[in-house]
Amino acid sequence: MSFINYSTREINCKIVYYGPGLGGKTTNLQFIYKRMNPESRGKMISLATESERTLFFDFLPLSLGEIRGFKTRFHLYTVPGQVFYDASRRLILRGVDGVVFCADSQLTRVDANEESMENLRANLREQGYDPDRLPLVIQYNKRDLPRIASLAELHALLNRRNVPELEASAVMGAGVFETLKAVIKMVLIDLKRGGRQ
Amino acid sequence: MSQGNFILREPEYEALLSILRKLLVDASAKVAFLVDKNGTLLGSVGDAVGFDTTSLASLAAGNIAATGGLANLIGEKEFSILFHEGERDNMHLSVVAERLILVIVFGRRSSIGLVRLRVRQATARLTAVMATALAASDEEPGGIEELTEADIESLFK
Repeated sequence: MSFINYSTREINCKIVYYGPGLGGKTTNLQFIYKRMNPESRGKMISLATESERTLFFDFLPLSLGEIRGFKTRFHLYTVPGQVFYDASRRLILRGVDGVVFCADSQLTRVDANEESMENLRANLREQGYDPDRLPLVIQYNKRDLPRIASLAELHALLNRRNVPELEASAVMGAGVFETLKAVIKMVLIDLKRGGRQ
Repeated sequence: MSQGNFILREPEYEALLSILRKLLVDASAKVAFLVDKNGTLLGSVGDAVGFDTTSLASLAAGNIAATGGLANLIGEKEFSILFHEGERDNMHLSVVAERLILVIVFGRRSSIGLVRLRVRQATARLTAVMATALAASDEEPGGIEELTEADIESLFK
């Protein structure tokens, strides 16, 4: 649910990076933070464990300039990927406008991806969203590593909705901004329609 | 509650800020923020210079969400008031109209009792304004219809 303030001429949208543990969600945000113009980005907040795994969420606010006289602000969040943090994931999905599903391309993580996608759909339903209509982009991350699943396999497993899908190596930065751009486009098109529900 | 986008127009926005300004004086507080439960700042009054208001909004929403999760675990709907005590300044957070969070920062010039009293009074007024804002928001088509593909592309140049 985007928040539009006509008085201050601002549009605020919430984008959540979702996916299995250690799939690269936080790395996506860290790369965006490093490469964005300091005037466009806010402070990045990471609520992480001592081993730097996301405990509650990472948060990165971005201002991307004006559109039809409205300042656009995108609030990027990650969820904790580990299975046992489900309560936190549900809370962070509240009010979400678009999701990036960050899949881990490694063969050993195929099951974890599927489980996480199912978990996303269930949690969206629980928050009152239609998982088949919410703006969604799938990022196949870690394409630079050996022993990875083919794009066709990943597509068949994860992309039944046939949403935009992109290859990435978040550590190197490849595909990170392309993914962000794809999800922002979907969110704004949704906004034009006046919300999805 | 609106199921589309939430649109806040000038009369209601000004009314919310005006209530916040009065609350700030009545409670002898330093700063007052109004935050959406999704983590977006609606407005602030007082000396907010030096505060990272965007981060504050996001963390306040996270805080309310997490304690709401705790509440559910013991069979409560939510904990509607949170209080954080610091060495110099304190923070009082409360849920307003089910979807907003009112954040008050106050120091030694005030007290938790006074803040609670004034917040309760302001909450009734904020709730009334929000009811008007939500009713107006529900009647709106909810989007920015004239938005074009070229507009969206222009953001990335």
